[in-house]
Amino acid sequence: MAYLEVRGLRKSYGTRSGLTAVLGGVDLTLEEGEFVAVVGYSGSGKTTLVSLIAGLIAPDRGEILLEGVPVTGPGPERGIVFQQYSLLPWLSVRGNVALAVDAVNPGLPASERRRITDEFIALVNLTPAAWKRPRQLSGGMRQRVAVARALAMRPKLLLMDEPFSAVDALTRATLQDELLRIWGERRSTVMLITNDVDEAILLADRIYPMTPGPDAVLGPAIEVGLPRPRQRRHMSLEPAYQKARQALVEFLRAARTAR
Amino acid sequence: MRIDISQKVILPLLGAACVLVVWSIVSVTVAPDLPSPGRTWRESQRYVLEPFFKDGEMNQGIGRLAFYSLVRVGKGFALALAIGTPIGFLLGLSRRFHQSFDPIVQFMRPISPLAWLPLGLVIFQKSEPAAIFTIALCAMWPTVINTAVGVRSISPDYLNVGRVLKLSRVKTLTRIVIPATLPYVFTGYRLSLGLAWLVIVAAEMLTGTPGVGGFLWQEYNSLVYSHIILSVITIGAIGFVLDRLMGLVEARVRID
Ligand SMILES: Nc1ncnc2c1ncn2[C@@H]1O[C@H](COP(=O)(O)OP(=O)(O)OP(=O)(O)O)[C@@H](O)[C@H]1O
Ligand SMILES: [Mg+2]
Repeated sequence: MAYLEVRGLRKSYGTRSGLTAVLGGVDLTLEEGEFVAVVGYSGSGKTTLVSLIAGLIAPDRGEILLEGVPVTGPGPERGIVFQQYSLLPWLSVRGNVALAVDAVNPGLPASERRRITDEFIALVNLTPAAWKRPRQLSGGMRQRVAVARALAMRPKLLLMDEPFSAVDALTRATLQDELLRIWGERRSTVMLITNDVDEAILLADRIYPMTPGPDAVLGPAIEVGLPRPRQRRHMSLEPAYQKARQALVEFLRAARTAR
Repeated sequence: MRIDISQKVILPLLGAACVLVVWSIVSVTVAPDLPSPGRTWRESQRYVLEPFFKDGEMNQGIGRLAFYSLVRVGKGFALALAIGTPIGFLLGLSRRFHQSFDPIVQFMRPISPLAWLPLGLVIFQKSEPAAIFTIALCAMWPTVINTAVGVRSISPDYLNVGRVLKLSRVKTLTRIVIPATLPYVFTGYRLSLGLAWLVIVAAEMLTGTPGVGGFLWQEYNSLVYSHIILSVITIGAIGFVLDRLMGLVEARVRID
C-alpha cells in the first residue's frame, strides 16, 4: 500500500442552480518522500481535491488513507499552503509560524519552541522580516511565510495549492528554486497543485494531469525522468524534460477538446 | 500645504460663520426670545471662563457640569460594553443563541431612552442608577450587532488555519476569532459611545440630576435661554471630541 492512497474520490457542491459534480472519481497514490504534482485548468477542482485530502471538507464517495489510516478531518500531519494568503494579519511573521509550532509541540519548553520557530523562519530566508506583519510584506514573502508555517507543522504530507500563482514570474522562479532546495534538504512528501506545466516538471517526480470538470478525474501519472538535484538552466533542452512536457500538454489538450 | 490649511481651517470657520449669521438673523426676526450670539456669550461668559465654580447644586461652571455628565456616561458606556460584547460574540458564534435572542435584540433596539427611563426609576427607585441603566440599555446595541457581524464575517481561511492546527475551542477564540473581530467590535464601541452621549441629555432632563442635560432643562424652566444654547454647544463639542478619540482607538486596532 502506498503512503497516501486516494481511491474513487467524488465530490459535488449543492448550489442554488443545482448540483455541480466537481470530482468524478479521483485516484492517486503518493510514496513516502515523493514529490507529486497535479496539473489542471482553472476551475477543474484542484482546490476541492486538496481540501478533501486536508480533511477540511468531506467527500461524497471514496476514501483517503494516509499510512493506511483513513482521513476523517483536518490535522497538522497534513500541512497545507492555501491558495489565498491565509496568514493571520494581526500576527507577525514570527507569530504566524509560532502558532503552528506551539500547536504541534505543546509538550516542549518555550525556549525550545522559540528555537524551532526561528529555524523555520531562517529556512525561508525571512529572519530579517521576522517581526513584520503580513501586510508589510511582498506577495512572495507572504507565500514564504505560508510555506514556513506549513513546514513548521512537521507534516507527514505537505499540500501546496498553487502556492506561487499569485506572484510575478521572477519571484515565482526564486520561490521555486527555494522550494527545490528545501525539498532537497528534507525530502518531505509533497503534493503540489499547479496550473503551470513547467513548474510541475521542474519540481515533481511524477505529475498527474487533471481533466477539466465537471466530473474531473486524474489521468495516468507521468514520470519526470530528470535527475536530481535539478537546475533550472538548460533543463528545457533535456530530452526527459521535453518528453514529460509533451505527454502532459497532449493529455490536457485532448481532455479539453473531449469536453 | 496651502490647500491643506484652507481646507482644514478656513472652510470650517466659514461654515461656522454662516451658522452665526443665520442664528443672528433668526434671533432678530422670527424668534425674538432666542438670544443673539453676542447676548449668549455675555450671559455665559462666567460658566466658560471659570468652568469649575460652584454656587449651588445646579449653578456650576460648565466644566463641572460636563464632568458630572461624562462620569455618568462613562459608567453607562462601560456597562453597555460589559454586557454588549459577550452578547455580540454569542450571537455570532452560536446559531442556537442567535435564533433565540436575535429577535429580542431587534425588538429592543429601536426603543427610545425616554421609554426606558421611567422603567429604570421603577426598578431602581433612584435617579442615578436609573440613568446609568438607561444609557447602558440604549447604547449597547451597536456593540452587540457589530460584534456579531464581525464574528460572522471572519474569513473561512482563518478558521481553516485553526482547524488544520487542531486548536482547542479556547485557543481558536483567543488566537483567531477575537483578533479577527476586534476592528468590528471597536466600530461598535465608537457608535455606542455616540449613543450613550445622546442619551445622557434625555436621562438628565427627566431625572433632574446635575450635569449638562440637567442644567439645560433647569435653565429652560428659569427662562435663561442663553444657557440652553451654552449647553447645546457644550454637548455638541464634547460629543465631537469623544467620537474623535474613539476614532483614534478604532484606527489603532484596524489591521488591514
Ligand atoms: N464551496 C463551493 N460551493 C459551490 N461550488 C464550489 C465551491 N467550491 C468550488 N466550487 C466549484 O467547484 C469547481 C472547482 O473549484 P476549485 O476551486 O476546486 O477549482 P480549482 O481547480 O482549484 O480552480 P483554480 O485553479 O481557479 O483555483 C468550480 O466550478 C467552482 O465554482
Ligand atoms: Mg484552486
